[in-house]
Amino acid sequence: MNPHSWLSRLCGFACAGLIAAFSLTGCGKSKSSITLAGSTAFQPFAEKLAEKYMLINPAVNVTVQGGGSAVGIQAALSGAADIGMADLVNLPPEAEGLRSVVVAKDGIVVVVHPSNQAAGLTLDQVRGIFDGTIKDWKQVGGAAAGITVVSREAGSGTRTSFEQIIGNVRLTDNAIIQDSNGTIRETVANDANAIGYLSHGLLNDKIKALTIDGVACTPEEIMLGRYRLVRPIFLLTRSEPKGDLAGFIDYMLSPDAQKILQTSGLIPAK
Amino acid sequence: MRLSGEKWVQRALFAVSFSAIGGLLLIALFILKEGLPFIFNVGIENFLFAKKWEPQAGLFGILPMIVASLWVTAGAMIMGAPLGVAGAVFLVEFTPKSVMRVIKPTIELLAGIPSVVYGFIGVMVLAPLIRSHLGGPGLSVLAASLILGVMILPTVISISIDAITAVPNSYREGSFALGATRWQTVRMVVLKAARSGIVASIILGMGRAIGETMAVIMVAGNAVKIPHSSLDSVRTLTANIALEMGYATGLHRQALFATGVVLFVVIMILNSAASAMVKNRMGGRK
Amino acid sequence: MRIPPRFSQGIVVSILGLATLVTLSILIFIIGFILEKGLPVVGLGFLFTLPQDMGRAGGIFPTVVASILLPLIAVCIAVPLGVGTAVYLTEYTRESAVTRIIRFGADCLAGIPSIIFGLFGFIFFVTILRMGWSLLSGGLTLALMILPTLIRTTEEAIKAVPNAYREVSYSLGATRLRTVWRVVLPNALPGIVTGVMLGVGRSVGETAAVIFTAGSSLRLPSSIFDSARTMSVHFYILAREGISTENAYGTAAVLILSVLAINAVAYGLMNRFIRRRS
Repeated sequence: MNPHSWLSRLCGFACAGLIAAFSLTGCGKSKSSITLAGSTAFQPFAEKLAEKYMLINPAVNVTVQGGGSAVGIQAALSGAADIGMADLVNLPPEAEGLRSVVVAKDGIVVVVHPSNQAAGLTLDQVRGIFDGTIKDWKQVGGAAAGITVVSREAGSGTRTSFEQIIGNVRLTDNAIIQDSNGTIRETVANDANAIGYLSHGLLNDKIKALTIDGVACTPEEIMLGRYRLVRPIFLLTRSEPKGDLAGFIDYMLSPDAQKILQTSGLIPAK
Repeated sequence: MRLSGEKWVQRALFAVSFSAIGGLLLIALFILKEGLPFIFNVGIENFLFAKKWEPQAGLFGILPMIVASLWVTAGAMIMGAPLGVAGAVFLVEFTPKSVMRVIKPTIELLAGIPSVVYGFIGVMVLAPLIRSHLGGPGLSVLAASLILGVMILPTVISISIDAITAVPNSYREGSFALGATRWQTVRMVVLKAARSGIVASIILGMGRAIGETMAVIMVAGNAVKIPHSSLDSVRTLTANIALEMGYATGLHRQALFATGVVLFVVIMILNSAASAMVKNRMGGRK
Repeated sequence: MRIPPRFSQGIVVSILGLATLVTLSILIFIIGFILEKGLPVVGLGFLFTLPQDMGRAGGIFPTVVASILLPLIAVCIAVPLGVGTAVYLTEYTRESAVTRIIRFGADCLAGIPSIIFGLFGFIFFVTILRMGWSLLSGGLTLALMILPTLIRTTEEAIKAVPNAYREVSYSLGATRLRTVWRVVLPNALPGIVTGVMLGVGRSVGETAAVIFTAGSSLRLPSSIFDSARTMSVHFYILAREGISTENAYGTAAVLILSVLAINAVAYGLMNRFIRRRS
């Protein structure tokens, strides 16, 4: 095999590849594109709405990234994303300059493995478990076993809201940290002694939700104000949304979209 | 005419090299520019030797992460190095050449398995086993060490095989001529001669273990505390960077770059040690 | 009492053999585990259909495309830079302190953990240069990751070309450029391609650097400015979040087979190269 023809062919192939890659761009971004980033609690729902929106509006590309609420705020501030998603009780000071709109409200459920004997906890017990003072399941009504606390990373909106609502808890150093709501669900589902918290919209039958002070996490209880672990989900933008951006945000606030969110386990924004 | 053409080519290639090296330098400078000032501002005692990592409260002690990285890597070496070297010795010295010709490439292929696959198997298979038989949350130093130990096996075996095969046969023949058995020859002659290459392989394996991120995030548990036993959950330096870099700003972000500097320095030391070992072998054969 | 050497040898060899067996079993177990659970899911449909419901159903086509495009972009950026640098260092300058420093620098950077490249790529390409999460950001980051290795392997390959070849070319009156282009590089080609394939293998399996630069959008990328999810990132997300264990295994199976194939080609070429030389 003539090595020189190898080389020429290789260069030709590389050039073709480069041209192909660049030609895929057309003249840059020919389609309008919207990027959302942030809350992993809202991410699956944003993705669902994005899919539906793109069916109605094929001219717009909507991309959803995760990373946590703090990533959402930073991405909105830096422009890496057009819309930052943050699920926080209060927006932090750095989000001051951003425009925000509430797209939904969401309850936080405290979850354990389905085989766990505990069916509910008081708020004090939850606080004790998460700050490490209560270390064994038998102290709260389960079989004797060490409690494995599972939590999110510091930038998580779910975590920040959770810790704030149950009383400015300082998470125990022994807590296992995972980086998204979905991963917490998997971790708790695989460990009979684990306890964690996640968005109500992400509940499934692999894990069991606990009642807090006897109150279960349902939309009715949340509306009545009896279930207190709730936070709004914000959509943050750098400036007043215009054009396609406004179109998508309007869609997410529309009755159709809100209905989809409601059936999936979130609470509509109004 | 031709000569000036050459000059242009030389300049063009220089520009290319410059940009390539420049790109790489950019990374190093960037990390140093963000990380070093942080270390000087906050102080080494508050960074490297402090126990509390709470960025919101302005505490940036990475001691738990340093201990975690060291402990996990040590565990990985305890598992991976003996297995790897033993395997290499066996394959080179005690099996026919044809076996080695098949197995060595196979092992090198296995080096390409993505780390997330190792991590996943760790989560699904290893962590539950540890949890039910040894206690603790399962996601632990032990799990991470075992997974990393397996991950570095191809590196250690492959380079050790190279080092051992490089020992000239005349060494072995001389030893046989004196009546030594094969194992005596291996133990007293071959291993000593291949020592620097084998040590280099172990050091390179160590470098890979310290730098691993995804598998460790999946199986180590990521708790920010200094481990007291191998069953404790830990967070390594790499995991710390990965978990927080999406949203860290200001001083917090600089702290992550500073962690990068620490990793960079450690790995540079390891790599230099490894290449010094290899050069020793090449240059100083007695 | 002295243990007879043959006896102790027997024991030692058994232990070593056992160690080797354990090692091979572990590695084979891992591949077998993934393939056993994943292959049933894999088929042409799986590879070429779009995912539905964020990966719970359907195929993995966009991730296959991303896993091809991303290393391709990285290679297209890294190869000219890397080969050019190697050619410059070997053919156009003399060995000096500068070249040794450059080589040392490249060696150091070859050992940097991928998360650091991810950190750099995220801060520099995604945020500062405003490229956002995109194939371009990911490709640039991966290019930087494979560049040091590429420079090294190309250098080795070029140095292995016998000087006689060059001398004949010069004696026929060719310029240095012509010699490099028509004589040296074609003969160094297998070595260069090996380096490229190893780089591609590394890129395909890379997750940490990719997830922070190319993002995790599951849509079929239509330009290099789009975010895209590679197979390794897809596997990571599916597996970690429990979205679909079946599809996770399927993705992992495709991933492993691809990486094994790429590495097999690389080593095959390398052996051919070595055999040609000797």
